[in-house]
Amino acid sequence: MKFSSTECLLDLYEEKLELEDYQSGVPRWCTGCGDNAILTAVQRLCRDEGLRPEKTVFVSGIGCSSRFPHYMKTYGFHGIHGRALPIAEGIRLARPDLTIFVNTGDGDCCSIGAAHWIHALRYNMNLTVFLHDNQIYGLTKKQASPTSPIGTKSNTTPRGSYLDALNPLSVALGVANASFIAQAVDWIPESLFEIVKAAYHHKGFSFVRILQRCPEWLPKLHEADMQEPDAVQLLHHENALQISPNLAKVYKNQLKHDPLDIHRAREIASSTDVVPVGILYQNREIPCYEDTRQTGILRTPDIVRKGLEAEFDKYEV
Amino acid sequence: MSAQKTSKKTTGKSAGKSSAKAAGPAVTELKEHIVEIISDSGEGAQRCGQSLGSIAARMGNGIWTTEIIPAEIRPPARSVAGASGNRIRIGSGYITNGGDQTDLVVAFNEQVLLGRVRARELKPNCIILLESMWRTHNDINIAMAYKETYSRLVEAGYQVREVPMEQECLKLTPDAKRGKNMFALGMLCYLYSFDLQAARDQIALTFGKKAQTIIDANVVLLEAGHKWASENFDYRFCIPATPAKQAQIATNGNTALALGVMASGMELCAMYPITPATSASHYLSDVFEKVGGLVHQAEDEIAACAFAVGASYASKCTVTITSGPGYSLKQEAIGLAVMAEIPLVVVNVQRGGPSTGQPTKSEQGDLMTAIYGSHGDAPKVVMAPATIEECFYSMITARKIAESFNTVVVVLTDAMLATSQQPFARPQFNEAWLAPPIDQSAVPDGAKPYDWDATTGIARRFIPGQPGGMHTVTGLAHDRQSHVAYDPDINQEGLRARSLKIAALQKTLLPPEVVGDDKGDLLVVGWGSTKGAIEEAAAALRAEGKKVSSVHLRFLQPMQPGIKEILQRFKKVMTIETNWSDDPADEIIDETNRRYSALATLLRARYLVDVDCWTEVKGQPVKPSTIRRVLLDKLQK
Ligand SMILES: Cc1ncc(C[n+]2csc(CCOP(=O)(O)OP(=O)(O)O)c2C)c(N)n1
Ligand code: SF4
Ligand SMILES: [Mg+2]
Repeated sequence: MKFSSTECLLDLYEEKLELEDYQSGVPRWCTGCGDNAILTAVQRLCRDEGLRPEKTVFVSGIGCSSRFPHYMKTYGFHGIHGRALPIAEGIRLARPDLTIFVNTGDGDCCSIGAAHWIHALRYNMNLTVFLHDNQIYGLTKKQASPTSPIGTKSNTTPRGSYLDALNPLSVALGVANASFIAQAVDWIPESLFEIVKAAYHHKGFSFVRILQRCPEWLPKLHEADMQEPDAVQLLHHENALQISPNLAKVYKNQLKHDPLDIHRAREIASSTDVVPVGILYQNREIPCYEDTRQTGILRTPDIVRKGLEAEFDKYEV
Repeated sequence: MSAQKTSKKTTGKSAGKSSAKAAGPAVTELKEHIVEIISDSGEGAQRCGQSLGSIAARMGNGIWTTEIIPAEIRPPARSVAGASGNRIRIGSGYITNGGDQTDLVVAFNEQVLLGRVRARELKPNCIILLESMWRTHNDINIAMAYKETYSRLVEAGYQVREVPMEQECLKLTPDAKRGKNMFALGMLCYLYSFDLQAARDQIALTFGKKAQTIIDANVVLLEAGHKWASENFDYRFCIPATPAKQAQIATNGNTALALGVMASGMELCAMYPITPATSASHYLSDVFEKVGGLVHQAEDEIAACAFAVGASYASKCTVTITSGPGYSLKQEAIGLAVMAEIPLVVVNVQRGGPSTGQPTKSEQGDLMTAIYGSHGDAPKVVMAPATIEECFYSMITARKIAESFNTVVVVLTDAMLATSQQPFARPQFNEAWLAPPIDQSAVPDGAKPYDWDATTGIARRFIPGQPGGMHTVTGLAHDRQSHVAYDPDINQEGLRARSLKIAALQKTLLPPEVVGDDKGDLLVVGWGSTKGAIEEAAAALRAEGKKVSSVHLRFLQPMQPGIKEILQRFKKVMTIETNWSDDPADEIIDETNRRYSALATLLRARYLVDVDCWTEVKGQPVKPSTIRRVLLDKLQK
């Protein structure tokens, strides 16, 4: 499939857009909800990158976090629970010209949509995906999610959840064709922004797990990590993110990590003593499914006619 | 439809004693014949049958071929349930369905034949050309089974003729298993007086991708079969053809559907493999890219449907093709497309259900699910092509409706249409079939993404890329701005708009055509693949002076206008369908608990007419003779 030159011809007039130009409505998230921090970082990204609102689509599933597209003054698709990724894939295959983001929750992505998540990593389509991982089902009022730490008390696990948490980073790092896997925390805005930006600039399926606070249901979950800067380990490398002097002052626990080293990435992903923050894995060489499937054939009426006539010939009696 | 009468003519005579000819046996002229070729799977009977059908069609005969498919991929050799092959109804005129029982069968072993005998698929005095190699088989049990079956068939009155196919083929090829089908084809070409050159051409076409040596080897076997038949049979048939005036193509329903997708302007097909829908996607995977389209095999049907919704949302109306179980999985995403008003074409090639049901068998069991499926009120358009040709055109119509009304169009076919072959007029390409270019113009100031028209419910959709049209579509109840609706009146308004679109489409449809008189004693209503059989049965009864007419519905939601008036002009109305309905003769079934068939239920509810029904769920196409009996019964009741 290819775009004909008559499609999507836009006057891309030079116009500087401000933050307000990307903002829509008043977010209805709880005060202190980490989704607000993610929204701020993403709106800043759109402004800094000068993304055309009409050429940008935010796709989401269902959950608190999936309300995200409603707060962006771009195109948006607030879909159904668990299916944000296949919807986004369809948009991507149809429209190479659009910038596409996906917002998905831990239930949305790692539970009901888990099959799509695995396969989306493998398709490696050019999408920027934010996993808003609050380790709980927010919208449906506090049920354990696959990423809830074992022992999490919730409405379906009043005596504590039974199973070890699924580690989205380790899972993602186990899938063939994974090309960009990062982790961010909502409470370090500067690093969150840098990671979101790196994800946006990666061509392929950029998967960012964001540890997102849910003060409503799990107010204490990240308290300790927030109070102890050394609990967070910032990843840096000349081929990845560099740590700004500002951040370096506060966050002294730093690790140089080559994002091409997948074995090391898997070790880092499974750390239990620190929260690694940064790009765990990035491989720019992995082909995108939509490029692999490019036929280079411009779909003109004449091409369709010729193709059909050739087929009719085969079946003529 | 003089079909019935003609077959009687042959059954009355012992084959081969009609008009005398100087050389060779007398040729009996037939109006039609039903021929079967059956074997263990993998022995090429399917290919032989398809080729025979194509050759007949080349000669200008009407044909309808039906696949005989075992439920398993590789059933054990020589098993009663393992028959694999093809059944070809060949006629002088246009043939609309598979017809009744078989007149002549070529069987590669007696066990697969037994399966067909037990299923009562063969005429009582059917001609059987039976591979004779088993008579002298080393395995004494096999030889005994063969001899026993042979004698029983002869006793039962079948005209059994043993043919040493294996032996003859071994003279020409070391691997007779691979060539026997062409030998059989040669015999059949002789028996039905088909032009040998047409058969050679057909082989060249069938094996077109293969090396010339392979084509030559097959032609040698074909000619050997022809020669052997000419030396050994003392009868021969001829089914005079009336060649069509226009060029014809012959395909099965799934191929026609895939061609329709190519012609419809759709550029994407998202699917997950499932019988009996898969072959449409197989074919499309092969050819779609040549015209700039592509097939995406998703990780499951939920993903396939969500993917299609995404692509359609972004401007490329997409088709997703599936069958029963996959159709169930798509329900939530279908509801999303209805709610968000995203054009989408969903094809359900129906198979036997519920659950895994009968994957290779045909049924019309999904009509209610198609109309009422997905939770809440999710109005969508439901269409049902009734012929192979309509499978092609339905895709073009479906895409147009989906995009004109921003809605979901479900197209119901079934395993029988999917696998049957029939010639139809070669379509003349029309540029208007294709989708218009994507609208990327700026949206006028103040325009809303769901500005529902007060009368029709239709709103103009904004597509990503259109400046000024930014909004977030949502499966949540929403207002005209696509904002999540908290006001109860807005939900009411949205449901009204989506429902009105169905009525708006209905206003553009024409009343269905009544076949036969437009009033009378009995009206038969059908939909989908049963059309040919119903019309043939009704025509046969009309020829006997009965006042029976039929009407076939292409749109099930909305239904075409004028139907009530048609129903009311008949004393009795009934549907013939291949889905479940309770039999009123069953002990505990009465009017207070009888579950009517799908279409009968719909007609009763909509038109307040007492519509009766007769249905069968044997997975086989309903035979015209069965329908004829049912209609007679209903007339007499
Ligand atoms: C098919 C289906 N099942 C269940 C639900 C109910 N539901 C809505 S959101 C949700 C879980 C949300 O959790 P998560 O994805 O972590 O998002 P969060 O609210 O935490 O951001 C559930 C179970 C639904 N909407 N659809
Ligand atoms: S419930 Fe939790 S996740 Fe949802 S908005 Fe409130 S804080 Fe955020
Ligand atoms: Mg959550």
